[in-house]
Amino acid sequence: MERAVSAVSKPTCGAVAIFVGTVRGFSRGRQVSYLEYEAYPEMAIAKMRQIEQEIREKWEIEGIAIQHRVGRLGIGVASVVVAVSAPHREQALEACAYAIERLKQIVPIWKKEVSPDGSYWVGMGS
Amino acid sequence: MIAMKVKVKLFAAAREIVGQGEVAVDVREGSTVGDVMEHFFARYPKLKGIAGSLVFAVNREVAQRGASVQEGDEVGVLPPVSGGSGV
Repeated sequence: MERAVSAVSKPTCGAVAIFVGTVRGFSRGRQVSYLEYEAYPEMAIAKMRQIEQEIREKWEIEGIAIQHRVGRLGIGVASVVVAVSAPHREQALEACAYAIERLKQIVPIWKKEVSPDGSYWVGMGS
Repeated sequence: MIAMKVKVKLFAAAREIVGQGEVAVDVREGSTVGDVMEHFFARYPKLKGIAGSLVFAVNREVAQRGASVQEGDEVGVLPPVSGGSGV
């Protein structure tokens, strides 16, 4: 997270907005033991760059950093970090919220919830 | 009939059903994404069962089933992503 913040911090900025997504211990009434994240790395990075382009067309921002972990993640661990810097806080906050929503929509990263009674790919309706 | 080779990358539930994340497939020249997928649906009925929810990519760009594939293309088989609204 500190790496993301320092990557986007610039003297021209008055704001850095940060979103941190963490692994929840319960999901849809089930206890979660841990999560397994899987990515299509080359396409995921291309889609993250697309999100940056979309944001730069909508808001005046300086820097943006998006990081996503893959593999096995325990409860409470940060899975995703988005940091956006801008001259003013409104742009930074709005762009940061947009980035995480778009990330969930278009970036090919999958999550498997592993619980004591089985495991489930999220999004498969199971 | 001229055969060509495409690389198919499968992820998440699709990868688990097929048992591997990358498969080289020989298809006829002029084939589409849908033709490539028939190769898998015939062998893996469980994959056919989730066919309606799958999204496809050709060379890392989202593509329709009718999109044509070329020799050496990379076809991605993408189940719904964690946000739930598809790639």
